[in-house]
Amino acid sequence: MTDTATERVLVPAPKAGRRRGRGEARSYNREKQRSTLLTVLLWICALYFVLPIVWLFIASTKSNADLFTTFGFAFGHTFDLFTNIGAVFTTQNGIYIHWAINTLIYAVVSAVGASLLATMAGYAFAKYRFPGAVVMFSVVLGAIMIPLTALALPTYLMFSQLGITNTPAAVIVPSLVSPFGVFLMRVYAADAIPDSMIEAGRVDGAGEFRIFWQIGLRLLGPGIVTVFLFALVGTWNNYFLPLIMLNSSDLYPLTVGLAQQQATSAAGGGSQALFSVVITGSFVSIIPLVIAFLFLQRYWTTGLASGSVKE
Amino acid sequence: MTQSVASAPVRTRERTERPRRRHSATQRRLNRAAYLFVAPFMIVFIVMLLMPLIYSGYLSLFTTQLVGGQTFAAFANYLRAFTDPDFLAGIGRMALFLVIQVPIMLALSLFFALALDSGRVRGSVALRLLIFLPFAVPGVVATLMWGYLYGNDFGPIAQTFRGIGLPAPDLLSAQNMLGSMMNIVTWAFVGYNMIIMYAALRSIPTELFEAAEIDGASQWRVAWNIKIPGIRPAIILTVIFSIIGTFQLFNEPSLLHNLAPNVIDNGYTPNYYAYNLAFTNQDVNYAAAIAFLLGLVIAIVSYVVQLSTQRREPRND
Repeated sequence: MTDTATERVLVPAPKAGRRRGRGEARSYNREKQRSTLLTVLLWICALYFVLPIVWLFIASTKSNADLFTTFGFAFGHTFDLFTNIGAVFTTQNGIYIHWAINTLIYAVVSAVGASLLATMAGYAFAKYRFPGAVVMFSVVLGAIMIPLTALALPTYLMFSQLGITNTPAAVIVPSLVSPFGVFLMRVYAADAIPDSMIEAGRVDGAGEFRIFWQIGLRLLGPGIVTVFLFALVGTWNNYFLPLIMLNSSDLYPLTVGLAQQQATSAAGGGSQALFSVVITGSFVSIIPLVIAFLFLQRYWTTGLASGSVKE
Repeated sequence: MTQSVASAPVRTRERTERPRRRHSATQRRLNRAAYLFVAPFMIVFIVMLLMPLIYSGYLSLFTTQLVGGQTFAAFANYLRAFTDPDFLAGIGRMALFLVIQVPIMLALSLFFALALDSGRVRGSVALRLLIFLPFAVPGVVATLMWGYLYGNDFGPIAQTFRGIGLPAPDLLSAQNMLGSMMNIVTWAFVGYNMIIMYAALRSIPTELFEAAEIDGASQWRVAWNIKIPGIRPAIILTVIFSIIGTFQLFNEPSLLHNLAPNVIDNGYTPNYYAYNLAFTNQDVNYAAAIAFLLGLVIAIVSYVVQLSTQRREPRND
């Protein structure tokens, strides 16, 4: 299995027309000689990215005593990973499980909603000419530049005026807006759905919504997955918005919960037992996303490609 | 309504008008469908994006006194910000971040992207995944983790220094804190920017540089003269994303504050300052003004970057 062959599988072409010729052309690369110097250099660099995560794993296998007395990259005298995981799930009556479920709910609901809204809007901007389309799309495009965190505080101020902070909706509804998703879907839909196919649907008497559901959604699949993943990771990783919106720790997602535990463990000198809980909790929290990334990486690559190449 | 009026005119004109009218009826049907497709997003967009901006813009024009409540103060909050040493120090720190961390990070991303694209590296798929991996780690967890790695108690960096008999550097001290934060952000985002650039590199038509390679041009020349100009839009995109990201830094100061409360003050980054103003000082009006100014600074810097890159474009194309 050569690298280039794998890459061709990992990087599918959404825009068949533009990239068709590339498969054969790239085979030229295969005959290139590998550079040992570059290989060694890059693998050393890769250590920088991997070692912190390795440390996190090793630290979460240690007891508190070993954490403070043994070298960070060596295993401790005991292998306490499962004890620590047990502690993570039972501390404060198992609040970690609440946080994990909250994170999942916030992320999935936001991502499904955001990708549905962005897909419908992007499809319409790409495939219909209607009055106001240019103005609306320009406004949406301009909003990509608005930093989400700078927006979180204003949204909080509005929500607290309306008295709807400290609810799951306060975290989910602001996450439904994905201007970048609309932009991505517009670019993607413009290439992925041939106008002739929509026309054929119309000639056959299909309504606009039927055309969208049966033709559009099917062809937009990879693009939708990309927007979904962006929104999912965005909400999953979000800290600022839930931090300011939520007061009850029952409603916290993992990010806010872990940060709160870290603050407690850093402040309370006596409660050192919390260190392994925070470290192991952090380690457990990144496992689902790391797995998802490894399996869905090709969607990231294509999505980012279609977003950045055509500007 | 127009239809009922239009059905009256003289017979002779009817023949020419009918197809046009049928066409406009179709157009109306299509417009209606398009509006229905766009409506859900636009409604949420207006309610969740434009309205909060307008509302906080409105709030920022008032001040709240203990006695008397809110009073209209026009631009007093903004004037206050321009002479507020905390806010200005935060902006200054972010400017430093921008000129030091962003170039380092993007240069690394570009180097990795070019190296992986050149096809000269063994195990490039695995490498790409490993470099990208930190992006899967939430910012909070990345900061938590690096906070422990920097720490003196059980951080491996301090342990290594002690192991070889040197005094351990305090990476969370006042002089080192900004550098430590730059490292966290670099660690987290090199892979993300690399993927954007790599994806753009893959879509450069190979004919463009194969001829040069066959003619014996070195990899460096191909990269500098063909590949880098070829992915300019992607590079500009990463620059703008990095500017936006830099000015909104919040997780890092917020979490490292727990580890080094004396080093990180309320205004360490502008965004952290706005948060502290709203929640610690309860000065909502001033916080709204800071959030607004921050958005403005980001918009201006991004715009300047875009302008300065556009001016150069004709020369390259």
